[in-house]
Amino acid sequence: MSVYQDAKYAVSDAACAALTPVTPDSFGQFCPRFIDGFFVTVELLVLSCALGLVIAISVAFARLSSNMFLNKAAFVYSYVFRGTPLLVQLWIMYFGLGSLGAENLGFLWPLFKEGWTIGLIVLTLNTGAYVSEILRGGLVNIPKGQMEAAVATGMSWFQSMFHIMLPQAFKIAWPAYGNEVVLLMKGSALVSTITVLDLMGQTRTVFSRSYNLEVYAYSAVLYLILAGMITLLFKFGENRMKTG
Amino acid sequence: MKLKISALATAVAVTISGMAYAQDLRIATEAAYPPFNEKNAAGEIVGFDVDIANALCAEMKRTCVIVAQDWDGIIPALVNNKYDAIVASMSITEERQKSIDFTSPYYSNYIALVAKNDSGFTMDDVTSKSIGAQRSTVASEWAEENAGSRGDVKLYDTQSAAYSDLESGRIDALVSDYLPAVDWLKANQGFGIVGDKIDINDKIGIGLRKGEDDLKAAFDKALAAIRENGTYLAISEKYFGVDIF
Repeated sequence: MSVYQDAKYAVSDAACAALTPVTPDSFGQFCPRFIDGFFVTVELLVLSCALGLVIAISVAFARLSSNMFLNKAAFVYSYVFRGTPLLVQLWIMYFGLGSLGAENLGFLWPLFKEGWTIGLIVLTLNTGAYVSEILRGGLVNIPKGQMEAAVATGMSWFQSMFHIMLPQAFKIAWPAYGNEVVLLMKGSALVSTITVLDLMGQTRTVFSRSYNLEVYAYSAVLYLILAGMITLLFKFGENRMKTG
Repeated sequence: MKLKISALATAVAVTISGMAYAQDLRIATEAAYPPFNEKNAAGEIVGFDVDIANALCAEMKRTCVIVAQDWDGIIPALVNNKYDAIVASMSITEERQKSIDFTSPYYSNYIALVAKNDSGFTMDDVTSKSIGAQRSTVASEWAEENAGSRGDVKLYDTQSAAYSDLESGRIDALVSDYLPAVDWLKANQGFGIVGDKIDINDKIGIGLRKGEDDLKAAFDKALAAIRENGTYLAISEKYFGVDIF
């Protein structure tokens, strides 16, 4: 972890060495903080998207399952996480459950100790709920006959899902999914309220040192760059799906 | 006729300035920094800062309205004329002086490190262990400077959130202003101050918009008066048992 941390800092310092001559002083002075924060935001985003996708696929399957218990449990999960503000979810986990302390939480404490892990868990559960709904929408829009045909050719339920249904569901849901990732990126700024020094957290710290409102503009530009990268990535994926 | 107009203009000007003078003075405080400013069970804003503000207003013979404002936005909202003065235990710093003016100091602040008594935390641990502080405070500046760049400093929106994380063990120590720390320690056994209080030459003043020189002079005069007539001492002793000027 520390090797990774050092590498991250080295990249951030190198980027700032290159940026400082071409950026305003009020940015250059705190540049490593912005870039460090940018990396934390990217980390949280990549990890929560990946883990959230696993949850989303499982929950989408559960929502379509004929097992009443699975079905209802999946519905309650996605309803609760889509129906409450992300900030409330973060605070319940960090200040609420987290305040029980090491004695009461036992082996769960390492997860609750750091704002970063709580941020990751909540962002994952939150995006998992939204994406499961997006995927479910894609799945129910595929003609029923396809699944029946897949099973008739001898594929198992899971094989049919992974080889026939999901690829098509993703194709249908792709633009909505891209939107959700950008929304998640913007939502991730809320982890700054639970001590995480993500891009927003670093920006607020820099602001408190300089009282210079320009710093929020710098952070907005960095968020825009990240949003642009996500959009390009999804555009690239969309083109691949068209040709493939 | 000319005379009449100018007399009229004077009359209007006098009325306007009279109105402006009679207008309530709006004072902001954070209401989350006991015992200096906090909300009591009834939801009223009380504390040392509030008593001082009220004493100054009485001295200036002006009606004051005390409003609560979150710490992060307390300076921007002053600049945007949401209120006229900040009496919220705000340290006079060079950075803040770029955006706002301050009156003469109304007390001196020290900071202190607070940790669990049995943790064995010493001053040297600041660079290697996790320490917390409230964001945008002199304590957080001290923490960041002393923990080294990229040290493990956790910043909180309120002081109470930092204390609750110290209690739950998320952070090993926190840096806070000295007097509130002493106040907190009274109610929380098992915690103590690491070493001695730290003098960072921190003076607390009333924040005003730049260019409000009349108001600044009025505050300074009133402050000198309550120092003189014992009102200040009575308030200070009520909260701390000593003169904290």
